Amino acid sequence: MPAEFPGGKANRVSSDPSSPLVQINNLNFAYDSRPILTGINLEIPRGKLVAIMGTSGCGKTTLLRLIGGQLRASAGSVTVDGQNVGQLGNAELFKLRRRMGMLFQFGALFTDLSVYDNVAFPLRENTDLPEALIYDLVLMKLHAVGLRGAHRLMPNELSGGMARRVALARAIALDPMLMMYDEPFAGLDPISLAITGELIRKLNDALGASSIMVTHDVPESLKIVDYIYFMAGGKIVAQGTPDDIRNSADPFVHQFIWGESDGPVPFHYPAPTYAEELIRRDVSHA
Amino acid sequence: MKRTTLDLWVGFFVAIGLAALLFLALKVGNLTQSSHGETYALQARFGNIGGLKVRAPVKSAGVVVGRVRDIRFDQENFLAVVTLDVDANYKFPRDTFATINTSGLLGEQYVGFEAGGDDVMLKSGDTIKKTQDAMVLEKLISQFMYNKASEGK
Amino acid sequence: MLDAVLGSLTRLGNRVTSRVQRLGKASLFLAATLLGSGTAWRRFSLIVRELYFTGVLSLIIISVSGLFVGMVLGLQLYETLQRFGSGTMIGGVVALSLVRELGPVVAALLFASRAGSAITAEIGLMRATEQLSAMEMMAVDPVARVVAPRFWSGVISMPLLAGLFSAIGIFGGYLIAVVLIGVDEGTFWSQMQDSVDFRLDIVNGVIKSCVFGVIVSWIAVFEGFHAAPSAEGVSAATTRTVVTSALAILAADFILTAFMFTGA
Repeated sequence: MPAEFPGGKANRVSSDPSSPLVQINNLNFAYDSRPILTGINLEIPRGKLVAIMGTSGCGKTTLLRLIGGQLRASAGSVTVDGQNVGQLGNAELFKLRRRMGMLFQFGALFTDLSVYDNVAFPLRENTDLPEALIYDLVLMKLHAVGLRGAHRLMPNELSGGMARRVALARAIALDPMLMMYDEPFAGLDPISLAITGELIRKLNDALGASSIMVTHDVPESLKIVDYIYFMAGGKIVAQGTPDDIRNSADPFVHQFIWGESDGPVPFHYPAPTYAEELIRRDVSHA
Repeated sequence: MKRTTLDLWVGFFVAIGLAALLFLALKVGNLTQSSHGETYALQARFGNIGGLKVRAPVKSAGVVVGRVRDIRFDQENFLAVVTLDVDANYKFPRDTFATINTSGLLGEQYVGFEAGGDDVMLKSGDTIKKTQDAMVLEKLISQFMYNKASEGK
Repeated sequence: MLDAVLGSLTRLGNRVTSRVQRLGKASLFLAATLLGSGTAWRRFSLIVRELYFTGVLSLIIISVSGLFVGMVLGLQLYETLQRFGSGTMIGGVVALSLVRELGPVVAALLFASRAGSAITAEIGLMRATEQLSAMEMMAVDPVARVVAPRFWSGVISMPLLAGLFSAIGIFGGYLIAVVLIGVDEGTFWSQMQDSVDFRLDIVNGVIKSCVFGVIVSWIAVFEGFHAAPSAEGVSAATTRTVVTSALAILAADFILTAFMFTGA
């Protein structure tokens, strides 16, 4: 399927002369013996915003966890800024993570800390900055996501969209070189969705960071990202720029982009034919 | 919750927890009076110690003056060797008489000291010469019946 | 027939191995917690914060239960002792039962259901809402930052709560025996002081409660940290904490009692 983009990515990202920030080579991952990811090759060029799209449960989030070093690959390698994540010791891994930010699906704010303390958390834990400086930094980060006025609130007083933005402020607290977003648009109303999308793009450019976004929100992502990888069944099945993707003739991409209920991803869960099942009437499990 | 309020509550909790433990130690466990101060060791040999146990009290005139530390069997003389820890505040003459008594008819057994008249006091490591074995109820009863029987003749 | 036997044998073997595996996992987790305790002790305010939740919030249930257990002991034991004409021994008997057994054990059972379940639910919820993952990604070790302070707060709280339980229980026994029944107050206390030994009874009771504190806190943080990341997962883990803690407390109590109070 990826035959339509042979070597395409290399040409398109060659605008950046240095090596890509994240390089994934022939990555395999399995839980116990159940394969989740097979033969993934992917790269995130510096300064770019890359989306990874696919159906639910196709291993997108697992991929993020592998990049963050929370999971270790069964085979192949994940390289971030020249370091092989799978082979780092604990201390080195933590050092690398200080330069990564991750926005979790529902924000994952610490429910027992106020908005202010949530954003201050990575600063307090990872630096010895004086409290006055932390105050300035926290308000700056909150201002960037438009929630400076909410710094006294507790997480349970925030709407879903606000919580996501606070989490974003927290993720960028240490000015990361790599931002990862896990379903940043899930469960947001159209306004929050537009705000979040715009923020992700702006922050990427303002921070000079590179970003990976795992999502299945097609229209919003096509608006903001530089490059897209499509995943299905633990493999990368298609890739390209937003324009390539919109005009793709690939049946899976077509189905995904236009949200069709049947296609390469079937509507029906695999089963014997209906007629056969009616005749057999296997009621033993009922 | 404010940090100071929280600290105050935790301080309160730890204070009453410690107070409770102190109450148990002093008022219930009677730590103040139980002699955990200086002791000195004496030994005594008995032909029969009955039901005497380690940690049983040593009493003189009904006052607890020490505890049984150790009970061993002397293979050469076939005697029980009892080591006693006696409170260093109390001194006893060399001819003190050590007996094994029972508190009440069926109560626990303890070592009783009856002071003698010697001028030289016992010191740590000494052995008490004069001892009396434990009363064994079965022996007493059989003795009593034997006496009755011989009277009846 | 043979299939059925083999099948049940396989299931039995499977259960045993999975239990043993879980115990091994829990032991490794305890080791990791102890190794990661440096941060918690250096930043003691982390433990103080958790002491509020494990200790202060358990005060009411521990005090009220202690009072009632002591009063019931007073009533029941006086009744029985009176038949042997030993009603005056009530002080000693109440104190001994509380200090040696009921204080540490009942306080630990209450602690497991009040504080242990809360710890499991809190950590489990942090797992389910990815707060622990988020912490890892912020280069903060959740075992050091979340687990260790809660573990140590439990270990510190338990002996204090057990001591409080015993003390209030003895006060409850005093209320019944002295105030209600009219046993002489002096006899009550002197009987108690006569029969309770500091080393043998009180220190051993405190040792017991420390052991229970470690057991309950260990189970609570382990179950919470390894809860399945869903609502059912958290509720199942909370239940497991209470049940496992209760069984472990009673088993450990039997073993400790056998070592402490029997033999010379």
